[in-house]
Amino acid sequence: MRFVDEFREPELISKTAEEIRRLAGDRHYRMMEVCGGHTHAIYRFGLKDILPENIELIHGPGCPVCVLPMGRIDDGLSIAQDRNVIFAAFGDMMRVPGTLGSPLEHKARGMDVRIVYSPSDALKLARLNPDRHVLFFAIGFETTAPSTALTMMRAKAEGIHNFSVFCNHVTIIPAIRAILDSPDMRLDAFIGPGHVSTVIGCRPYEWIAKNERKPIVVSGFEPLDMLQSIVMLLRQLNAGEAKVENQYKRVVPWEGNLAALKAMAEVFQLRPYFEWRGLGFISQSALSINDKYAEFDAERRFSVPGIRVTDPMAAQCGEVLKGVLKPHQCKLFGRECTPEHPIGALMVSSEGSCAAYHNYEHRKAAMVSLSSIA
Amino acid sequence: MCLAIPGKVVEISPDNQDSALVDVVGVRRRVDLGLLQDDRPVPGDWVLIHVGFAMSKISEQDAADQMSTLRMLGEIDGAMQEVSGYGLEDDEPVGENDAGFNDADVSGAKVN
Amino acid sequence: MAHGAGGKASRKLIEGLFAPLLFGAEPGPLGDAAHVDMNGTKVAITTDAFVVKPLSFPGGSIGELAVNGTVNDLAVSGAKAEAMVVSYVLEAGTPTPVLEAAIRAMAKAARDAGVRIVAGDTKVVEHGKADQMYITTTGIGRLLPGVSLDPRSVQVGDKILLSGPIGDHGITILLARGELDFEADLRSDTRSVLPLVEALIRAAGPGIRWMRDPTRGGAATSLNELARDCGLGMVLFEDQIPVRDTVRGACELLGLDPLHIANEGQFLAVVSPEYADAAINALSLAPGGSEAQVIGEVREQPAGAVLVTTLYGGSRIVDMLVGDPLPRIC
Repeated sequence: MRFVDEFREPELISKTAEEIRRLAGDRHYRMMEVCGGHTHAIYRFGLKDILPENIELIHGPGCPVCVLPMGRIDDGLSIAQDRNVIFAAFGDMMRVPGTLGSPLEHKARGMDVRIVYSPSDALKLARLNPDRHVLFFAIGFETTAPSTALTMMRAKAEGIHNFSVFCNHVTIIPAIRAILDSPDMRLDAFIGPGHVSTVIGCRPYEWIAKNERKPIVVSGFEPLDMLQSIVMLLRQLNAGEAKVENQYKRVVPWEGNLAALKAMAEVFQLRPYFEWRGLGFISQSALSINDKYAEFDAERRFSVPGIRVTDPMAAQCGEVLKGVLKPHQCKLFGRECTPEHPIGALMVSSEGSCAAYHNYEHRKAAMVSLSSIA
Repeated sequence: MCLAIPGKVVEISPDNQDSALVDVVGVRRRVDLGLLQDDRPVPGDWVLIHVGFAMSKISEQDAADQMSTLRMLGEIDGAMQEVSGYGLEDDEPVGENDAGFNDADVSGAKVN
Repeated sequence: MAHGAGGKASRKLIEGLFAPLLFGAEPGPLGDAAHVDMNGTKVAITTDAFVVKPLSFPGGSIGELAVNGTVNDLAVSGAKAEAMVVSYVLEAGTPTPVLEAAIRAMAKAARDAGVRIVAGDTKVVEHGKADQMYITTTGIGRLLPGVSLDPRSVQVGDKILLSGPIGDHGITILLARGELDFEADLRSDTRSVLPLVEALIRAAGPGIRWMRDPTRGGAATSLNELARDCGLGMVLFEDQIPVRDTVRGACELLGLDPLHIANEGQFLAVVSPEYADAAINALSLAPGGSEAQVIGEVREQPAGAVLVTTLYGGSRIVDMLVGDPLPRIC
């Protein structure tokens, strides 16, 4: 696969890992990868196996499924209780538990639930089923929001009325701010979200370097991308620098994608505040649909319970999300809360820290030695 | 939030220039080009696909540059170590948009 | 619904509910087929249900799956299918051509696989049930000589063999459902693996410890079951696992792992090191076996789990599937 396999070349990976070991020396480094996709990549490619022990990777809050409050899932599903409504969402959402069960469980009980790969597929469902209403349950950061926006623009242009969006899009910068504002947080540097940056560019991270004095490297998702980003971070840290750098040049424009930003501005507005599961209320951190596109705003077309569902007191999702606790330090981890019976959303999503840790670290901790394996 | 895959534009839809058939090692799908209106891809171009939309054009040049930088990694530092033996080391900081050292720092006059 | 997907939930249902009630206190490791002693003669018997949607897809239909699936379950238990009985549950209103096509496909698949369909039953249920057609089969066969399979006989150092590329069937079905709007030049791999199993037994019979056809839940699920049954670790070498480019592309696009995707024409075998070379040679030379590979080996660690390793030293644990593989965008 072009533009994929080159960045998985085993010899180069080993060489880059060697360079990392050389640069890292003895000092302890704490680096946070913000994006859930990076968390997934770390586990999928086994990167922790080849990084030296003194580089600690902390998983950040960039998992849109993980930070979605349960009440929002309940709200979306309540709209689809009407048999006329088709509930369409990405596969990621299908097993996320609401108070009365996950979308898949609702499907088993008779709700019309469809998995879509694209918001445009949800719109297509609306075209094909003119006598039904299609509700698209939208999630994602700025990577995904422009596609939702463009889909609504197309719906409007085509005069499609049996389509609406339940919008849960969130923005990454306030989340990073919340992490840095957290008193128990101690981080040296950030591995920046590569695909969000294809939309917002690299400028929005400048305050992290200038004001917080933390280096941030916007990174791709292949093993060589992430390792190279770590090399770049180590070089900055060793030189006492703090800059924004773009490792993912082949895809991320420094200025971002203007057309995508325009589409977002056309359709969305910032919510004054929004609840992030585990992080609490964060101001100006989420998108809602503006008046011009109100006809597609499910929250205005339908009435929803809007009940806030709090997590059990014992669930320490927030601290794990902020990187303050490791997953296994949460009292429910591996006992009441497992991938099969998730209590917190960090266990539901495959890129949530707890699910990844459970499936991976937990078992490997029992292994004698990994060095003999390669 | 971030599953995006490179794909090759095979053909632009004749009746809709915002829609293209894109190929990922033999898997094909219509992809919306609406977010790349300012820099429309043409057949043969590579784009990054996320939820059925093209997010960005992939720069083959930048990808190639990155690969050569990575290949030079060990060699650069080897050369730097050699250079430092002559007291000629230069710790010029990396430019903002680079994925590594500038070639000129290493392969130029300093290592003579 | 997760209970039918072949992974963790299925296993819990079978072990927790069915096994104690049906099989008594100590059933031992559960396989897909059983060998029953009838007055001194051992007979292999298996049963399976086929509920695939859509009924027809590139490379086959429910008919081929029903025959090959039954033959394969017996084959990997070390038996040659001799006869099958079939039960159809039909949805009222299913067009006759649909039914006819499925039956023709079954007949042809049975001829190709060398198994006789000797009896059958049909029931009709009301419209809205049975997704047009469900098929259940029971197959019986005679044991193949020269092989004795038991997951508990698996030892450290044994090699793990795979008969060919994984993921073809599951991805074909996913795309054939049409919900994801992808197209690919891909077909289900449904076929009888009996000839390959026979070739393997001829060349390496005494060394074969265990075989399984990785259907729903994929190779990862089958190997996790083995790991649990024998208490050892299954270590796979990622670069040696055969996957077609197209399947890889689809998995990358959808965020799926080929190890979790269903196969209908492949099987896994664990073979002792002394017989491993003969085994892989025999498979690769047999018709349909040219893509067979040694994909890993059995080690002490990680005990009870499956580990996939890469050439550069990275590794990851691959768990049993929880429910169906779902595409993701994150």
